[in-house]
Amino acid sequence: METVSYLNDGHGLKSWLLTKDHKRIALLYLASVTAFFAMGGLFAMFVRLELLTPAGDLLAAETYNKMFTMHGVVMVFFFLIPSIPAVLGNFLIPIMIGAKDLAFPRINLLSWYIYILGGMFTFAAVLAGGVDTGWTFYTPYSTAAANSHVVTAGLGVFITGFSSILTGLNFIVTIHRMRAPGLTWFRLPLFVWAHYATSLIMILGTPVVAITVLLVAVERVLHLGIFDPALGGDPVLFQHLFWFYSHPAVYIMILPAMGVISEIVQTFARKNIFGYSFIAFSSLAIAIIGFLVWGHHLFIAGQSVYAGLIFSFLSFLVAIPSAIKVFNWTATIYKGSVSLDSPMLYCFGFIGLFTIGGLTGLFLAAMGLDIHVHDTYFVVAHFHYIMVGGAIMGYLGGLHYWWPKMTGRLYSEFWSRIGAGLIFIGFNLTFFPQFVAGYLGMPRRYHEYPPEYQVWNVMSSAGASILAVGYVIPLVYLTYSLFAGERAANDPWGAKGLEWEIPSPPPTSNFDATPIVTHGTHQYAPSKEVGIV
Amino acid sequence: MFTNLPFFPEQASAQAPQVDALYFFLLAVTAFFAVLIAVLVVVFAARFRRRHDDEIGAAIHGSLALELLWTFIPLGIAMVMFAWGAKVFFDLYRPPVGAMEVFVVGKQWMWKVQHADGRRELNELHVPIGRPVKLVMGSEDVIHSYYIPAFRVKADVIPGRYNTLWFTATKPGRYRLFCAEYCGTKHSGMIGWVTAMEPGDYQAWLGGGSAATTSPVAAGEKLFNEVLACVTCHQETTQGRGPVLLGMFGKSVQLQGGGTATVDEAYVRESIVNPQAKVHAGFAPIMPTFQGLVTEEQLLQLIAYVRSLGQKPAPGTLP
Repeated sequence: METVSYLNDGHGLKSWLLTKDHKRIALLYLASVTAFFAMGGLFAMFVRLELLTPAGDLLAAETYNKMFTMHGVVMVFFFLIPSIPAVLGNFLIPIMIGAKDLAFPRINLLSWYIYILGGMFTFAAVLAGGVDTGWTFYTPYSTAAANSHVVTAGLGVFITGFSSILTGLNFIVTIHRMRAPGLTWFRLPLFVWAHYATSLIMILGTPVVAITVLLVAVERVLHLGIFDPALGGDPVLFQHLFWFYSHPAVYIMILPAMGVISEIVQTFARKNIFGYSFIAFSSLAIAIIGFLVWGHHLFIAGQSVYAGLIFSFLSFLVAIPSAIKVFNWTATIYKGSVSLDSPMLYCFGFIGLFTIGGLTGLFLAAMGLDIHVHDTYFVVAHFHYIMVGGAIMGYLGGLHYWWPKMTGRLYSEFWSRIGAGLIFIGFNLTFFPQFVAGYLGMPRRYHEYPPEYQVWNVMSSAGASILAVGYVIPLVYLTYSLFAGERAANDPWGAKGLEWEIPSPPPTSNFDATPIVTHGTHQYAPSKEVGIV
Repeated sequence: MFTNLPFFPEQASAQAPQVDALYFFLLAVTAFFAVLIAVLVVVFAARFRRRHDDEIGAAIHGSLALELLWTFIPLGIAMVMFAWGAKVFFDLYRPPVGAMEVFVVGKQWMWKVQHADGRRELNELHVPIGRPVKLVMGSEDVIHSYYIPAFRVKADVIPGRYNTLWFTATKPGRYRLFCAEYCGTKHSGMIGWVTAMEPGDYQAWLGGGSAATTSPVAAGEKLFNEVLACVTCHQETTQGRGPVLLGMFGKSVQLQGGGTATVDEAYVRESIVNPQAKVHAGFAPIMPTFQGLVTEEQLLQLIAYVRSLGQKPAPGTLP
C-alpha cells in the first residue's frame, strides 16, 4: 500500500549511516543539530538561573564562566551555522533546482561525519570539565591564563569548520552545474540565492578561523609567541583574525534564514516576491561587504582611529541590503492573499525581531556610542535578536513550512501556533530587558552583578522560562507527527515551486524525469515572466 | 523589592550628554522604522487576509522607484549616524593637552592606581570634578577593559601596550567601575568605585595618604639611577653608549635601518622590554632586555621619569 519514498527506500541503521541521499543526510543533520540545540539550551538555562539574583549563589564563578562559554561554542558552531544550510539547504537545494542530488553525495555524507567528529571533541571538552574562555577564545587569556580544556574545544571548532567548507563547496558546484533545463539564475528560488551567498562566506571565511584556532593551540602547547606579548606576540592580532571569520559567520546564520523568509512570505501571501533581483543581489552584497566590517569589534581595543572610521562606515553600509530585504518582504504582503499558518507566524516574528536586531546594530556601528555599550548586555541583546530572533525563527519557520514535504506528515496547526506565539513572547521578554540593562552599564559575562540591575535580569530569566516552553512544544508535536501525523498532500499550502510538484515525502531520485522550467517560482497569478525588478 | 525601575544611567561626566544625545537620536530614528515595519506588516496581513481558499494575490513584481527610495533614504540616515558617531568618538578619544594624568595597571582581578604625587589606590579612583583626567593604562596579564558607565567611557587595557582613557567628571559622587573585557574566573569581581570630588576635597584627599608615598617620577628616577642603573649608558652628556634622554620625550627620532619613531609611552616601554625592536640611529644594538626584571608599575614609573627628562632641554640647545 505504502508508496516508496526516500524514507522507506532501505531500512536499518546502516542504510541511514551510509546513505548518499541528500534528504537522508539532511535528516541526520536535523537529529544532530537538535541534540546540540538542547545541549546549548541547557547551558543557557543555568546562566539565566544564576542571574536571577545579583550574588553568585547557584554556581561557582568558574562553573558559570564555563556555562556561558559552552553555550556560545555549542550554539554558534554546532547549531546556528549548520542549522538551515545543512538541514533545509541540504534537503531542498537539489529539489528546488530539479536535480537528483547534490554534486558530491559522498562529500555530503563526509561533511556530516566531520561535523560529528568535531562535535565529539567539543563534547569531550565538556565532559572533561569544560572550557572557560568565552566562545571568542580571546588571547592571551586563552593561550596563557585559562586552566580549562581550550585545546580540545578548539580542535572541535577546527574540525567542524571543514564540514562547513565542504557543504559550501557542494552547494556552489551544485547550483552552478546541476540546474534543470530552463532554470536560469533569475528563475532560481531566493532560498537558493541566499544559500549561494552563504556558501561563498563558508568557503572563504572558515579557513581563517580554523587557522586562528589552530594558532591558539600552537601557542598554548608549544609556547610559540603569536598572540601573547610576553612571548613577543600581539593579542589584538587574534581579534582581527577571529572576527575576520566570526563577523561574516553571523551572515552564515542569517542569510539562509532570509532565504527561508523569502519563500514563506510568497507562499502565504500567494504572491510572487516584490523586487526579486533586489532581494537576490542584496544577499550577495551582504556576503561581500560583510567581510569588510570585522574591525567594528575593535573600536576600543587600541585599533587606529582611521581604521575604526572605515570599519564604522562599512558597517553602516552593510545595513542597507538588510533594510532593502525587510522593505521588500513587507511590500510582498501588500495586496496578497494572506493566511496566518504557523510558518507565516514565524515569518512575521522574524521580520519584527530581525528589524529590531538590525536597527540596534546601528548603535554599535556608531563609534562614539559603541564606546559605552561595547561588551555590555546591549551587545548580548543585539546579537540574540539576530541569531535567535532572526536565525532560529527562520529555521523553525522553514522547518514548519517544509515539514510536510520532508516527512510526508502534517502537524497540529493549533499547537504550532501556540508554540510560535510563546516563542515570540518569551523571546522578547528574555532579551528586550537586556538592552536596558546594557545601556545602564551592566557588563556581559558577569557571574555576579550590582543589585540595581536585578529587575531587568529577573524579567529576562522569566522570559527565558517561557522561551524554553516555547521550544519544547514543537519538539513534542513534531515528534508526534513523525509517527502519527496525518498524511500530507504533495502541496499542502497551495505553494508554487519544484519541491511542491513531487510527492511528499519525495522518492529517492526526487524526479521521475528531469523537469523543464519555463518560469520563476511562486507564479500565482497568470502573468508574464518575472521582470528584472 | 524593586522600588525604582532604572531606565537610564546617571550622567556624571562632560562626555555623557554627548553620547546620550547620539543615543536618543538613534533611538528615535530606529523606533520610527521598527514601528513603521510592524504597523505595515500587521495592517497588510489584516487588510489582505485570505477570504476564500482559492484566492491569490495581485501580480506585482516590484517598483524601481520604491527600491531607490528605500535604498537611498536609509543610506542618507545611516551616513548621518556614521558622521555623528565618528565625531563623538574623536572627541572622546583625544585627551586635551594638560589633562591630569593617572597611571592604571590592571591585573587578575584588581585595578592598581597611582596618582602623579605618588598616592596609590586599589579598585578605587579619586578624581577632581571639572578637570580633564587622563588614565594611562597597562596590563600585567590578560586583556581587561576599564569602564565607568556614568561617564560613558571605556577602553581596553592590553598587555604589552598602553591605552589611554580620558574624561572630565562633572558631578561629585561615587560611580561604578567595571572590568568589561572577560578576564577569567573573578572577572565580575574586578570592579570598584570612582569618586568624583570638589577640587578642594580632592586636594585634601591627596594630602591624606600615608606620608611615605613617592611620586612615580621620583620612583622612576631611583630605578633609573640606582636599582637598574640605566644611567650607566644613558648619561646626561653625549658620552654614553646609549642616547641621551634629556629633551627626547615627545620628539621624533631616526631609527637604524631607516624610518622614524615618536618617543611616546609605547616606544619607551618597547625600548625597555624589547630594545632591539627599534634602535635609535647611530647607536649599537647592545642594550639588554629588561623584560621580567621590571614590573608593569615600574615600567610606568620609568616612563614617567623619562618623560620628566623630556621636559628638560637637550644638551647643546639653548634653554
